[in-house]
Amino acid sequence: MIRHRVAVGVIAIVAVVLFGIGYVVWTMSDRDAAAAPGTASGHAFSFVDFADGRTRVDRLGPDGARSVGSLRCQRFYSAGGTSVCLRLSGVGPSYSADVLDAGGTVVRSVPLPGVPSRVRVSASGKIVSWTVFVTGDSYLAPGGFSTRTGYLDLRTGTLVESLEDFSSIVDGRPERRVDFNYWGMTVSSDDRTFYATLGSGQQNWLVRGDLATRSVTTIRPGVECPSLSPDGTRIAFKQRGGRLGAWQLNVLDLRSGNVITLPGTGGVDDQAAWLDDRTLAYAKVPQASAPAIYTSPADGSGEPRLVIGSAASPSPG
Amino acid sequence: MYVASVRPARSSTVDPSAGDGRVRRQLPGTVFALGTVSLLTDISAEMITAFMPVYLLFGLQMSYLAFGVLDGIYTGATALLRLAGGYVADRSRRHKAVAVAGYGLSAVTKLVFPMVGASAAGIGGVLAADRAGKGLRTAPRDAMISLATPADQLGTAFGVHRTMDTIGALLGPLATFAILAWLTMSPEPVFVISFCFALLGLIVLVFFVRQPTPATTPAERVGVRAWASLWRDRRLRGTVIAAAVLGLASMSDAFVFVVLQRVSGVSHWWLPLLPLGTALVFLAAATPVGMLADRLDRVGEPSVDGLRDRDGHLTRRRIRLVLDRTRLVRQRRQGPSRREDRDHGVHQPGRGRWKVFFAGHVALLGAYLLLLGPFGGLPLVLATLALHGLFYAATDGVLMAHGATLVPARLRASGLSIVQTGQAVARLGSSILFGLMLQYVGFGTAMAVAIAGLVVALAAVVWLVRT
Repeated sequence: MIRHRVAVGVIAIVAVVLFGIGYVVWTMSDRDAAAAPGTASGHAFSFVDFADGRTRVDRLGPDGARSVGSLRCQRFYSAGGTSVCLRLSGVGPSYSADVLDAGGTVVRSVPLPGVPSRVRVSASGKIVSWTVFVTGDSYLAPGGFSTRTGYLDLRTGTLVESLEDFSSIVDGRPERRVDFNYWGMTVSSDDRTFYATLGSGQQNWLVRGDLATRSVTTIRPGVECPSLSPDGTRIAFKQRGGRLGAWQLNVLDLRSGNVITLPGTGGVDDQAAWLDDRTLAYAKVPQASAPAIYTSPADGSGEPRLVIGSAASPSPG
Repeated sequence: MYVASVRPARSSTVDPSAGDGRVRRQLPGTVFALGTVSLLTDISAEMITAFMPVYLLFGLQMSYLAFGVLDGIYTGATALLRLAGGYVADRSRRHKAVAVAGYGLSAVTKLVFPMVGASAAGIGGVLAADRAGKGLRTAPRDAMISLATPADQLGTAFGVHRTMDTIGALLGPLATFAILAWLTMSPEPVFVISFCFALLGLIVLVFFVRQPTPATTPAERVGVRAWASLWRDRRLRGTVIAAAVLGLASMSDAFVFVVLQRVSGVSHWWLPLLPLGTALVFLAAATPVGMLADRLDRVGEPSVDGLRDRDGHLTRRRIRLVLDRTRLVRQRRQGPSRREDRDHGVHQPGRGRWKVFFAGHVALLGAYLLLLGPFGGLPLVLATLALHGLFYAATDGVLMAHGATLVPARLRASGLSIVQTGQAVARLGSSILFGLMLQYVGFGTAMAVAIAGLVVALAAVVWLVRT
């Protein structure tokens, strides 16, 4: 009877192993699904195609035609002739931020301390900034997270791995807490002023920072993942409706302090990208489906438009 | 009572090459079979752990914030399930069946992930079911290891099990990386292959692990009263409280790694690699430290082998002699003999394993002191991770080995689940307290509090165990 049992066990193990091998082979051969075109949006932009796990940087024309690229990234952004590709680089899994020049050559590769979340390049192409999620490193383990936001100044080659070391003024008082997390950095066209989110405990703030003096000041609570408009007058950001409510996309006018909530953006979780001074592009997950890229008018005058499915990380450059 | 302690070690063989007549033993197959189950299951589980951030961020465009809060609540709830798993296993006397349910539940969750999609509540629920499976299976599995193993080899057995377990934990992220890098970034293959590993673990459990036989689990009915009686056992209660006190004084691993990266001044991208260092030391040291714990447990006990007659047999008279001498030694060491000491069998568990468990926390204190930064750079990283890994090697399996000697066989799973739950809840509490503290104080102050807390806890435990 025992021999019988062992035989059944061995057969079961062999069956599972064969199934696994067969599955892997099938997955490898079944990857070349046709890349569908998008919807005409009047804007050309790059994005990461996530269909079938491709993570390929493609480009969409103003008419919705897709040009297929060759770069593989999890997050991508391009501006001023500089592209940055956050991608898988090693076991762990670990990731790196690879900076590419206009010719597509990697000029600098920065190892990252976590999973890529946000990436931006300043309009001049000189400042590359990113946010990664560091898991298993939350102070409130389990299930928590912390973030590291860093940047690379290509003018001097200076690498700052984390904004945590910047001096900070919170609600008018100099303060630095151990549980400070920064995320979603956006650098203005002067390549010196920047905006980001600062989080501590259950609170978060919009901060304005200075790369030269390495300091930040909180200017408004409840703002996450700011994105500065090309003309530097407005900030698009996500904000929660309630403590555990869904995020919505908003636009803050920096001069008047007015905030417009963009209709139909509930459930967004992205740092929006400005395609021009009037249009925002962002990734959002439609109900129980793959993420897709939508555009919304920045003045709140219209509903989101689905531009391309199974895609994320829109970049105007 | 204490059946496992008096049961003769069937797997013992006298090694004729050992001149001093020492006994060389092989561990029972059950330990290796359960080790294999854990290895395969840990590959499966750690594949998902390594993949989850990638999945949430790229597959679903969600950040961790969305369900981090829920996760803490689930963790607390599953601690209770651990107690239930232990109790049901003892009551039904079917440890294996309860373990199969736990492993099976976790295996099924791997296939449910793709179905719930980007719903925070859905993903939280699936993760909770996975945790529930883990909670359910841990105590019956550890009970099976302890019931299959002779009492004086428990440390080694748990050491071997934890080594195999950790090998799986290290292989899981490698498997995830291989799939993401060479196969595809789409989520299904990771879940399906993870499920395959979980299924393999389940098959090994079902077909190659045998439920401990009734001979080792007496037929007395285990009810709520028997379960409650565990709480009245002074030595078990002492162990649970001491383990919980030490758990409350140990910071979460995450905090250790963050401070280590800062204090040593190594680059931020080292951070994901630091847990690997601890795991490697744990893996390498778990078995030797378990063996050491067993050996220390025997030190001070008069050698049985010295009393064998010419044929190598122990006669009844000689055994009685050993027992008398044991009692004498104990009386000299501890003062007046205690009633429960007389009720024990040939293998009287000493304090050896407890001392190793305690020493593990002293190693942790050493790691904390290093985090004050007496030196920096790579040497600090290596020294701290070595101590941190040793802490795990000396505490994780060793506590179970010690706990097993305190609980009668018929209540083994219940007893172990109480010890585990006490420690787990204390650690959860400690990480919450630390999280709150860190909103208001700096790393230096936090480290000072941690060191002071651990010193106080160690002192309290010395006092607790002595009285």
